Amino acid sequence: MNTLEEKIRSAAAAGRTALIPFLTAGFPDKTRFWPTIMELDDNGADIIEIGVPFSDPVADGPVVAAASQRALSDGVHLRGILAEMKERKGLVRAGVVLMGYLNPFLQYGFEKLAVDAAAAGVHGFIIPDMPFEESVSLRAALKKQGIALIALVGPNTGEKRMRLYAGENEGYAYVVSVMGTTGERTALAPQIAAVIRRARSVFSVPLALGFGLREPSQLAMLPHDAQPDAVVFGSALLTHLDSGKSAAAFLNRWR
Amino acid sequence: MKGSYFGEFGGCFVPELLMPPLLEVEAAMRDILSTPSFQTELDDLLGNYAGRATPLTYCARLSEETGFHLWLKREDLLHTGAHKINNTLGQALLAKRMGKTALVAETGAGQHGVATAAAAARLGMNCVIYMGSEDIARQSPNVMRMKLLGAEVHAVQNGTRTLKDAINEALRAWISSQETTHYCFGTAAGPHPFPTLVRRLQSVIGRETRSQLFEKTGRLPDAVVACVGGGSNAIGIFYPFLEDASVRLIGVEAAGTGETGCFNSAPLNLGSPGVLHGNYTMLLQNNDGQIEPSHSVSAGLDYPGVGPEHAWLHKTGRVHYGMVKDANALAAFHRLCKTEGILPALESSHALAWVLDHPQKFAPGSHVVVNLSGRGDKDMEIVSNFPHREEPHEHA
Repeated sequence: MNTLEEKIRSAAAAGRTALIPFLTAGFPDKTRFWPTIMELDDNGADIIEIGVPFSDPVADGPVVAAASQRALSDGVHLRGILAEMKERKGLVRAGVVLMGYLNPFLQYGFEKLAVDAAAAGVHGFIIPDMPFEESVSLRAALKKQGIALIALVGPNTGEKRMRLYAGENEGYAYVVSVMGTTGERTALAPQIAAVIRRARSVFSVPLALGFGLREPSQLAMLPHDAQPDAVVFGSALLTHLDSGKSAAAFLNRWR
Repeated sequence: MKGSYFGEFGGCFVPELLMPPLLEVEAAMRDILSTPSFQTELDDLLGNYAGRATPLTYCARLSEETGFHLWLKREDLLHTGAHKINNTLGQALLAKRMGKTALVAETGAGQHGVATAAAAARLGMNCVIYMGSEDIARQSPNVMRMKLLGAEVHAVQNGTRTLKDAINEALRAWISSQETTHYCFGTAAGPHPFPTLVRRLQSVIGRETRSQLFEKTGRLPDAVVACVGGGSNAIGIFYPFLEDASVRLIGVEAAGTGETGCFNSAPLNLGSPGVLHGNYTMLLQNNDGQIEPSHSVSAGLDYPGVGPEHAWLHKTGRVHYGMVKDANALAAFHRLCKTEGILPALESSHALAWVLDHPQKFAPGSHVVVNLSGRGDKDMEIVSNFPHREEPHEHA
């Protein structure tokens, strides 16, 4: 079983919804990034998604897009991220996922990326602008290194397309809760329960719900049979950190 | 997603949430576009609303000066002032038959925004346009035209605040509005099936050129020249000639101000392959895969990418892609104004400049067609602020 799946399964065994914070690399600034990662790790993060910045983040709302822009201005880049991760390999207990747009990964080179990511302790990748049809060569390179390529599916992903992803997917499946970009929403759309049930019937891996999550009470509206196994929060965490509050305080609301 | 590549270029690199609407457009192209009733309605719009067929104008004075026969395909005479309307009428009509009630689009110079707004108004659809705040400032008359035509214009404040960022924002908007809205993409780039769809709607330019020149001269042109930003006017005029080995095809990219290392809009000549806006193509980017800002005096060419079919035609060598600097485009602009009484768009002035600056590349007596893709009224402010030199510097 892939490490990421294991992390979520063991949270479930303990009766918890697994927690997956997303943090853009170099956020809130280059000095505080790693201490923030360690704080998330110490305070209940089961998996941590590290955002690789890109100049043109089409699937992101204003908060993550601004964090990405800020990181680029501060000189954050993929090579540096992988090097810093390699130095700290083994220190983070949580599973580690890199989330970013395709072009920086493509320019790095898929084979080299897979090797270097494995050496840096990366367990999975999420690439929002790479649908199933375009994923063959990267998936193969990652597979050789035992790294998962995580599917993103959403409210308009029918069963047929979910099956395409499910046939190859490892780790977990990321269910996008809204027809939109990343960013906090006050309430989950009512039809999300149906989407989670559909994904549940297709995927054998655990389901993580993300995009638009702000507080635990949003999950309370979901019926028992449509609860995700894990929750991802990005924009809400970035906004929280940017207001000077701690990563621990954020995670405590969810534990 | 069959036929989504041109050689190794193209593809469909979008969030999964955009796959269903793109597959829907692909299906509509297959099921609706070729039906006689669609074609009849589109032909009527193109003929009686947009003003097709556009003339093929012989430039007697410039021909005498250069020694070869220079022809202009007059897309500048179309309604809304550029070739863009060929595409927007086709896509709007397609969208309407798909049951959509609104169009969303990006615009750089504003020409595609105006053409989309006009098509939406004509067909009774809502229209939302995303435009970089930088472009809004330098193309304000077009913003007013869009608003008068009933479009909602949103200023995009992200990134470089130009076309590239307007596309990002329009894609984001389409994710949430896809049920009622079609993304009327403005150039032969973006994710599959847009490069093919836009080529198909724009190739009316090349088909007309072919039959018009044949009617006048009894032969095919020796060369066809067009400016390339995203590349829709160029692929539109090139496509019907691709199989004719005797016809030289020349695309012209914007070299920017022209000093070494300057910002430019010439990814085919100066860029490298990568993925942006849904397709694998030639891009201006750094080693880390971050997209670099582009520059051209012509807002319509100011884009760090290019349509994937051009990337392929560049690689195979079927089309030669040259470059023209800002100052040379301006010089060609003035020369056409004075010698033929035609005020070209700065975009099209790049194509003309390449021809006028390389007369030795065309045999005496040969027939050269330049796609005059738009008119220059929108560029008055830029032209009047640009230092005018009669003799531009030499360039590649």
